[in-house]
Amino acid sequence: MVDAALDRSLDHRAATVTARRHLLTRLVIYGLLVVFAAIYLVPLLVVVLNSFRDQQEIARNGLISLPRSFRLEAWSQAWSTYCIGGTCEGMQRNFYNSLKMTIPATIISTTVGAMNGYILSKWRFKGSEALFTLMLLGVFIPGQISLMPWAFILGNLGLSNSTYGLIVIHVIQGISFTTLFCRNYYVSIPDDLIKAARIDGAGFWRIFRKIILPLSSPILIVTVIWQFTGIWNEYLFGVVFTSGQQQPITAALVALTASGTNVRAYDVMSAAVLIGALPPLLIYLFGGKYFVRGLTQGAIK
Amino acid sequence: MSNHDLILSVPAPARPWRERLGSAVPLLVLGPSLVASLVYVFVFTGWTLYISLSNSSLLPSYDFVGLENYASLWANRRWNIAYNNLFLFSGFYIVGSMAVGLLLAILIDQRVRGEAVWRTIFLYPLAVSFIVTGTVWSWLYNPTDGIQAMVRGLGWTNFSFALASDRHHAIYAVIITGVWQSSGFAMALFLAGLRSVDSDLVKAAQIDGASTFRIYRKVLLPTIAPIFLAVAVIQIQFAIKTFDLVAALTKGGPGISTTFPAIYVYDLMFQRGQIGEGAAAAIMMLAALAVVLVPYSFWVVWRRRKEAGHG
Amino acid sequence: MSTLTIRSLRKNYGTVEVLKGIDLEAQNGEFVALVGPSGCGKSTLLAMIAGLETVTSGEIRIDGRLVNAVAPKDRDIAMVFQSYALYPTMTVRENITFGMESRRVPKPQQDEAVKRVAAFLQIEPLLGRKPGQLSGGQRQRVAMGRALVRDPKLFLFDEPLSNLDAKLRVDMRTEIKKLHHRVGKTTVYVTHDQVEAMTLASRIAVMHQGSVQQFDEPAMIYNRPANMFVAGFMGSPAMNFLPAELGEEGGRPTVALSTADGKTVGLPIVQTLPSDTPRQLVLGIRPEHIYRFDPDLQRRKPGIAQIDAMVELVEPTGAETMAVLRLGAKEITGRFDPDSTPRMGETVTLGIDMARACLFDPTTQRLI
Repeated sequence: MVDAALDRSLDHRAATVTARRHLLTRLVIYGLLVVFAAIYLVPLLVVVLNSFRDQQEIARNGLISLPRSFRLEAWSQAWSTYCIGGTCEGMQRNFYNSLKMTIPATIISTTVGAMNGYILSKWRFKGSEALFTLMLLGVFIPGQISLMPWAFILGNLGLSNSTYGLIVIHVIQGISFTTLFCRNYYVSIPDDLIKAARIDGAGFWRIFRKIILPLSSPILIVTVIWQFTGIWNEYLFGVVFTSGQQQPITAALVALTASGTNVRAYDVMSAAVLIGALPPLLIYLFGGKYFVRGLTQGAIK
Repeated sequence: MSNHDLILSVPAPARPWRERLGSAVPLLVLGPSLVASLVYVFVFTGWTLYISLSNSSLLPSYDFVGLENYASLWANRRWNIAYNNLFLFSGFYIVGSMAVGLLLAILIDQRVRGEAVWRTIFLYPLAVSFIVTGTVWSWLYNPTDGIQAMVRGLGWTNFSFALASDRHHAIYAVIITGVWQSSGFAMALFLAGLRSVDSDLVKAAQIDGASTFRIYRKVLLPTIAPIFLAVAVIQIQFAIKTFDLVAALTKGGPGISTTFPAIYVYDLMFQRGQIGEGAAAAIMMLAALAVVLVPYSFWVVWRRRKEAGHG
Repeated sequence: MSTLTIRSLRKNYGTVEVLKGIDLEAQNGEFVALVGPSGCGKSTLLAMIAGLETVTSGEIRIDGRLVNAVAPKDRDIAMVFQSYALYPTMTVRENITFGMESRRVPKPQQDEAVKRVAAFLQIEPLLGRKPGQLSGGQRQRVAMGRALVRDPKLFLFDEPLSNLDAKLRVDMRTEIKKLHHRVGKTTVYVTHDQVEAMTLASRIAVMHQGSVQQFDEPAMIYNRPANMFVAGFMGSPAMNFLPAELGEEGGRPTVALSTADGKTVGLPIVQTLPSDTPRQLVLGIRPEHIYRFDPDLQRRKPGIAQIDAMVELVEPTGAETMAVLRLGAKEITGRFDPDSTPRMGETVTLGIDMARACLFDPTTQRLI
């Protein structure tokens, strides 16, 4: 009896120790998560708050302080009236340039990648694996290598300093990625489906349209997000091959922040930065879940 | 049922022709983009390589001068700093973002509440451009407006945080910003890897009495070892190609302390009109990538062969 | 009316020879099973009949027409896959009509065909569902429906039951047999399961390492296997092989076996031996032809020979009991009635039915 009671109290004590230890671990885990979350969120918060603050107040209290004023002018200035390098039209033109470049380039490169992936996984021919490997090298080539050739080609096509030139570049560069993504995804679709469809009398296009395409949404989401954010955020080609009014928004942002007079207009620049970051951020917020899932399924193999 | 046969009977002579065309369709569809990709990979690289061996200056010329451009490149102090910076940056950037990414992944893997929220917070920088990140962080590093000013405003008046404006430490400002931007990406990949490990493995280790720490160290992390390599290879590509981050954050300064090969290529080609030497610098970037990627791709092929052999 | 004829069919992948000259035929309405271990080439052979793999050399004829270069869709065949290969984004109805749509069969005829096949297979309630919402057995049925609706010359089955659990597999096996009886179509059925082959087929082709080892009726395959591979592959538990010598007792040939106590026992051979019979033999006995000896048994089965063995292990399965028996240096398996099962450790006198035994030449592995 006594022994049993002792045992029980020992058990009890062990249980409390375990529970206390458990609580402590949870505290450490959430504590660390909160610290890191703060580090990740503060820069975003700073920009968002400053885009609504009064420039004088920013100058007085610094960038990182609680807002004491609220105004929307910085946004409208950044959008339509702020002067970058002598032109006072804000970012709107560059924003449209980026859209005009990103949307077609994304659609074209994704379509081509899907077709290529379909062929390289389901219609293999002698040497197709080798060709795929060679195509893949495009993923690794640094943009700097292609600067001179592009300059020459765009010049000859009459596409220098135009959005169309950038579309061409991004499509060709993107094909390696989109083909890789789609091919790795389509490989996991059972070949028996294709065989069954062939016996059922379906050909190349019908199999793609009726069987492959309806199964493709996960990988198409990944590819579209990857291409859209990648092309929207790209800077090197934008700054090399376009100037002034033709520049995409990334190049314009650098020009804007560099065109600092004596006083840095943090309010306008904050709004401009947010305008430049918003489209990919929105895409990410809506599609990020699928993006991570798909990326880890398809790309890392 | 026999009327199916009727419908099936296509006029006999049409069949071979149509079939031959049908079997060519995949090649016809693949052809153009395949050619474009191969031109992009091989002709472009070959072209740049050729220009790097020519005396091109403001315009491309095809007079062969051997390794002259490479010699003058390596004789330049700024290029040497740039190349050193690349290695310094790559090392710290990769190790840093993998370490932070792994820590975050393990934290999130502890069945925390609101997992999706944490994941979103750590991953959002991935959606933002290096230009945006670089711009914003350059403000934070700015001694008179940013972090230093804030801490001093709190009363700690001799606090000093001026990484980006100190030529000896500016490179660390670039590294910190880079890690901030990409550790979320590493986290996502690690987390997916951890989740893909067969849960029976963890159960077996728990029954064997292993602590959580030991389970990670001895069971989970070794199992996802290939992911470490994949993450590192992806990050190193970012590191070598990075032009935007530095362009927005420090513009290579103060002085030339944060010059990178990517910046240097741009300057030579488009600011100083030395195309030949610029091409040589670009080829050196490719060489740095190849040093990493060639062994990696051999390893991947070897691993696939091995797996295929077992299957 | 439809027949399948295959002549000296070969398939190479690069330098690897996958099929080494296959000859095979199926009469009208016949059910031919291709059976063999994995990697024997049976699935490749089926894919070549379907037109999904190219022919390296040789002939495939359907109804006398050479189809080597004919596209799958024009061979008038239907195929059921191991994975069923149901189109995951389409409903059951769309899965069934997909082929007819490809062939531009008019809509009213499609509807009628679906109705007929769905009634036949009792899958009407499933027509609106997607494959992901079906059980294994239902998927199997839909896959068969998709094949049936085509009303083809030739039915091809590629291991259609191997993704099902044991009980369902037996049920579906019966259904496939019933289906074949009702439809009466020429069928080629690939399986690695010898029981499936035995129960379903009118003729079986046993394949190994890219060639057909034996092509015959199930009873012949089982009772008179052409070689040791066929003998060992067909039947479970497998046939026992005992190395032995040719002997003689009282002017009659015997199989001389060495027993546990080092003695040699001669079992009289029932069959007439050819003159070139080698001195070294392999005696093949199926487990069910090993009995517990008693004089009554010898009266009923004249070919019974006696031999002593030690019982090493007993495995009851309910309906019957397997016993592992030591006979000299070899272990053999016997299949006993639960009432007459020997006990572990016991030494029993076995009655071996020599009338059902097979003799093999150990060098050529062939049946004597």
